[in-house]
Amino acid sequence: MTGVERIEAVFTQVRRENRAAFMPYHPMGYPTREATLEIIAALAEAGADLFEIGIPHSDPLADGPTIQTATYTALTQGTTVADCLKMVSELRAQGVDQPFCAMTYYNPLFAYGVADFVRDAVAAGVDGLIVPDLPPEEGGELEAACRDAGLATIYLLAPTSTEARIKQVAAHSTGFIYLVSVTGITGARSELPPDLAGFVQRVRRHTDLPLAVGFGIATGQQAAAVAAIADGVIVGSALVKAAGSEDGVEAVRRLGAELAAGVRR
Amino acid sequence: MSPTTQTPPTGKIDYSAYPDEDGHFGPYGGKFVPETLMPALDELEEAYLKAVNDDEFMAELAYLQRTYVGRPTPISYARRLSEHLGGAQIYIKREDLAHTGAHKINNALGQALLMKRKMGKSRIVAETGAGQHGVATATAAALLGIECVVYMGTVDMARQEPNVFRMRLLGTEVRGVESGSKTLKDAINEAIRDWVTNVRTTHYLLGSALGPHPYPVMVRDFQSVIGREALVQMLDEGDGPGRLPDAIVACVGGGSNAIGIFHPFLEHENVRLIGVEAGGRGIESGEHAARFADPELGRLGVLQGTMSYVMQDSDGQIALTHSISAGLDYASVGPEHAWLRDLGRTEYFYCTDDQAMEGFELLCELEGIIPALESAHAVGHLLELAPTMGKDEIILVNLSGRGDKDLGTVMQELSLQ
Repeated sequence: MTGVERIEAVFTQVRRENRAAFMPYHPMGYPTREATLEIIAALAEAGADLFEIGIPHSDPLADGPTIQTATYTALTQGTTVADCLKMVSELRAQGVDQPFCAMTYYNPLFAYGVADFVRDAVAAGVDGLIVPDLPPEEGGELEAACRDAGLATIYLLAPTSTEARIKQVAAHSTGFIYLVSVTGITGARSELPPDLAGFVQRVRRHTDLPLAVGFGIATGQQAAAVAAIADGVIVGSALVKAAGSEDGVEAVRRLGAELAAGVRR
Repeated sequence: MSPTTQTPPTGKIDYSAYPDEDGHFGPYGGKFVPETLMPALDELEEAYLKAVNDDEFMAELAYLQRTYVGRPTPISYARRLSEHLGGAQIYIKREDLAHTGAHKINNALGQALLMKRKMGKSRIVAETGAGQHGVATATAAALLGIECVVYMGTVDMARQEPNVFRMRLLGTEVRGVESGSKTLKDAINEAIRDWVTNVRTTHYLLGSALGPHPYPVMVRDFQSVIGREALVQMLDEGDGPGRLPDAIVACVGGGSNAIGIFHPFLEHENVRLIGVEAGGRGIESGEHAARFADPELGRLGVLQGTMSYVMQDSDGQIALTHSISAGLDYASVGPEHAWLRDLGRTEYFYCTDDQAMEGFELLCELEGIIPALESAHAVGHLLELAPTMGKDEIILVNLSGRGDKDLGTVMQELSLQ
């Protein structure tokens, strides 16, 4: 099975179960390399359907303070792109079998070499790529490499996206589309934006691809509310904050279970 | 897509054909930003194209340039400096005499007026390194009655304290940035984060010929007033030499003052166009911002919306840069510079902190002009270049700003010597 097919299978399955997918984000190498492996295993047990694994970058301009700090910590501990891929293969060897979507900015990937990165990512067990500073206009080289390797290219849409851009992103995305819930950066927020359902519907009119919503979702209740209108619920900063707390693995396991229950409500 | 495999067009080059419609200068440029901002970039481009084709807008901008900025800025013949160096005759384009003390006002006023007249937004965010772009933006915002927030790294706030106070006097909110190296790059990240969050009401007034399309083109065009004036002034037989220069020298951080003076001269192929990067503590030290001079650190990459040369480690993480001048202390360089360099039309050299200080002192003592430390890099390069040229040859140097803001740094530097 290709990465695209493995991602599609997850959304087929959750649709059959009449629920949304729980899609946690974790920055590789945070708070330590060992803890990363434990945290992802704990989230897998807690009911994660698909993982977004963050490959740290020095200049994460779409991220808020929580993820900035976490990826900075990962970098200062010497986490490299190659090391992130190695952690993916170790997780596969441990039996974590949910799809992995690597999330990183374009420069680390470009510096690695686009074709080399795609080859090594597939070999390690990565199924899709999310590159927040790479719109479809600039994604030609990466898309071509991913298409040949069966790796999903997941583009993002935002509340500001026009109808024309929604069509363009839908045409270039595989696996699913990442809907950014707010105009803003990543980070837990106390309330979901009031026009979120309208935004999801606006995109839905143009595509049958699964739609996963991220940015600002922090609690089981919010996850349930998003699950009612979308195919996937992405949670980052709230889990990263938990991972950084004392007894981080258990804190992540608890919040992961709450969020997994949320998408099943 | 490496520039070494890219074959630049041969024969006569039509410089006006770049960038292409998606903002690419050959392999450089483009739009590498989060989706949230893509519609804003389209709107900006549309508004900008409308404005430049609108006689009323262009007349208002020209009026403000004359009556508020003090344009045209003169060219001065640097008699004593020319004699001291014993080679080419040196002329100085005096952007230090523009209101707020640097060329930055040309772009800040242009973009602020664009927002006010064509964009239906009410708030400006900007980044600043040396503080000159921040002061220029705060000034334009005050003049046009626009709410303004400027992000500035806390390291830069410390070394350019007078400019922080200036911005606050002008009614701008200055927000210190504590992330990363706490300098210009981090201020840009934070300004972009603000812009992403408030994009419906806010215009990002980027200060250099950098970032995603259409910024590199728009900033270049607003700064090209420098080169257009200089072209006329050099041909003037009264106050000028009555002919074009043999070389033009300008410092290059992001590269806006350089592209501004270079651009109108591109077609004049006999005029050498020379950019001077910040050599910091020397290339071998790794502590510099000479993107073109260090093949190990300065490689093709993407930073803050554009593909260009970027100082980075082997893993694609952006390297820390160093320069005595905050305005040149940046890891990337405008995409058009990278392209013109590939085409062989422009050349780039670097000047270390020490050479810039030498240029700084010389210009003070011989010409009675205190240059900004950024501009002192261009002067520093004259020390090498001018003596190699004949007395009948002419160099025009763009003095992008004045040095009042740098007195603290210079005092410290001189006390260490």
